[in-house]
Amino acid sequence: MDLDIDAESAAFRDEVRAWLADNVPRPALPSMDTAEGFAAHREWEARLADARLSVVTWPAEYTGRDASLLQWLLFEEEYYAAGAPGRVGQNGIFMLAPTLFAHGTAQQRDRILPAMARGEQVWAQAWSEPEAGSDIAALRSRAVRTDGGWLVSGQKTWSSRAAFADRAFGLFRSDPDSERHRGLTYLMLDLRADGVTVRPIPQLDGEPGFAELLFDEVFVPDEDVIGNPGDGWRVAMTTANNERGLSLRSPGRFLASADRLVRLWGERGEPAATAERVADAWIDTRAYQLYTYGTATRLAEGERLGPESSVNKLAWSGVDVELHETALDVLGADGEVASPWVDGYLFSLAGPIYGGTDQIQRNTIAERVLGLPREERR
Amino acid sequence: MRFALSPEQRDFAAALDELLAGSDTPGAAREWAERRCEPGRKLWRELADLGVWGLLVPEEHGGAGAEPADAVVALEACGYHAVPGPVVETAVVAPRLLGGDELAAVAAGEAMTTVAIPPEVPRALDADVADIVLRLDEETVTRVPSDVDPDGRVPSIDAVRGLFPVPGHGVPVGAARPHAVEFGVLGVSAQLVGAARRMLGMATEYAMQRRQYGRPVGQYQAVKHLLADVTVRLETARPLVDGAAVTLASVADVPGADVPGAQARAVVRDTSAAKVAATRAAILAARTSLQVHGAIGYTAEHDLGLWLTKVRALAGAWGTADEHRARVLRAVRGGHDG
Repeated sequence: MDLDIDAESAAFRDEVRAWLADNVPRPALPSMDTAEGFAAHREWEARLADARLSVVTWPAEYTGRDASLLQWLLFEEEYYAAGAPGRVGQNGIFMLAPTLFAHGTAQQRDRILPAMARGEQVWAQAWSEPEAGSDIAALRSRAVRTDGGWLVSGQKTWSSRAAFADRAFGLFRSDPDSERHRGLTYLMLDLRADGVTVRPIPQLDGEPGFAELLFDEVFVPDEDVIGNPGDGWRVAMTTANNERGLSLRSPGRFLASADRLVRLWGERGEPAATAERVADAWIDTRAYQLYTYGTATRLAEGERLGPESSVNKLAWSGVDVELHETALDVLGADGEVASPWVDGYLFSLAGPIYGGTDQIQRNTIAERVLGLPREERR
Repeated sequence: MRFALSPEQRDFAAALDELLAGSDTPGAAREWAERRCEPGRKLWRELADLGVWGLLVPEEHGGAGAEPADAVVALEACGYHAVPGPVVETAVVAPRLLGGDELAAVAAGEAMTTVAIPPEVPRALDADVADIVLRLDEETVTRVPSDVDPDGRVPSIDAVRGLFPVPGHGVPVGAARPHAVEFGVLGVSAQLVGAARRMLGMATEYAMQRRQYGRPVGQYQAVKHLLADVTVRLETARPLVDGAAVTLASVADVPGADVPGAQARAVVRDTSAAKVAATRAAILAARTSLQVHGAIGYTAEHDLGLWLTKVRALAGAWGTADEHRARVLRAVRGGHDG
């Protein structure tokens, strides 16, 4: 058992650190959920791509670095420690791309990935529907066969980045007689296509970080189906595991916040009233980092992420809220004043909801990790 | 980086589990509480056969010269099975305090060792049963005669634990190796994690058997979510304990004065973080397990109480969670200034 960083990974980490020190924009970019900020974040993705740092876990032929999981974790630690911008491309890079590597065709990968890696095409996810939240298998939006493709109709909602994104991916019911997770097809859509209406939805911070998507017989060509028609649930599980598991929530962002929290507490004169919570937030963050190193080790040795990825999700969603609530309390009456801590706090509040609510994760742990009997479901 | 148990460590854990699961450890603990110690001593001899007491003893003194992470495996098993006696003191602290001859006896399982380290460890555990009774003040180790007056026993919330004050006028036996306290903190953290895992397991099993309103209580979300929360606390505490073991391994054989400041801070930071997280996990597991069991868990007859009272005792032993939080903050802040 060790926590040693091998020479190659250390060299990669040092390269990342040096590049970020020279390139991270100052002052910070405006919110990516504004038109101006979205454009600035798109440009940032291109700068990352020029340094071959936008998609480090991808294969070299798609401008990645073939980074190991450990190297990716180190990349993220450096990235957030440097205060670099949020990743406007992350839905595509961390959810769609792994699906394309697992289930897509070479033609799809060649067509889609280069533009994704440079931020030229930004992807929104289109999972939730008004009647299908955590229970995603209840979705109703449909895809009807037509010449050379599918006609998509229905409604998606809470679609992250969709207010300004170029394209979206999600599941659609292609067999009208099917129920639950059968008869679904995984499709990629052009948000500028005829029949698409995008209604931005302002979030708690007032900016449209997500949108409602209305589809009225939107044509989707066959080349934009991932995997076989009707097999979408299985295809999507790749993506779901990536969202709930390691990929979207590396410890890097939380470690950076934890370090800033302890500094803030020091700058405020180490108030005794918040010492316990500051310490616990730091400790819980460190625990999540080490837990993730353990997961990375197991994955590197060929194990698969199972239901314990629900432990992962509860750990990070809890840590994120804990860090930011504690920081706002350390700030006391200044806590309400607009600041990166306020932004981070509002952002953290979404964590326990998306990607399967924390309550669904607890059910998963209880039933599939501990083996408790399933609740009777209709 | 390989941050996981090795195949050898997994085999070791399985061997410990097999031995202890077949040994009625709760029965031995109950006897130990009444100072009928033979079943407990038998357990200790069997653990000696598996090499537990010599893990951290250097090879030249008959030990295994193993890593702190191996001791974590052993102490987690001791915690899981409620092995009575000064397991932390003998397995991980004695090798920091004793010289060659005594260490050889420890490794051979012939020298159950206990220690008081005021103020963190004000009384020595089971000094009336132990073969070697020590006291550590700063760096100085003294030894007192092991014929302790049994009437001097201070009662503990955990009836199995016999607590004894150790007078300060023992015979000096030398200087402690560095980080003796941190090794103890690591050991007790591993023990707490093991106890937490056991109480979670007991609660899960009970929730599957116990039926109310026509279904197993484990089918209700209210119960499921309690147990899921314990699982998260436990699964995220264990890596901190392993991480502290890795950090301690990096300084175990280095004279204290030669350890760079950043590394010395990391030792304090990581062992203290482990104690805080292990304590929180164990206390949550205890409270939750009792709640899931209901009244039966509140009885002296049920074994849950063996673990429930032990983790409450261990929560205060080797520094409270709040003391360790303060150490974590000082260490992290020290890194900022330096």
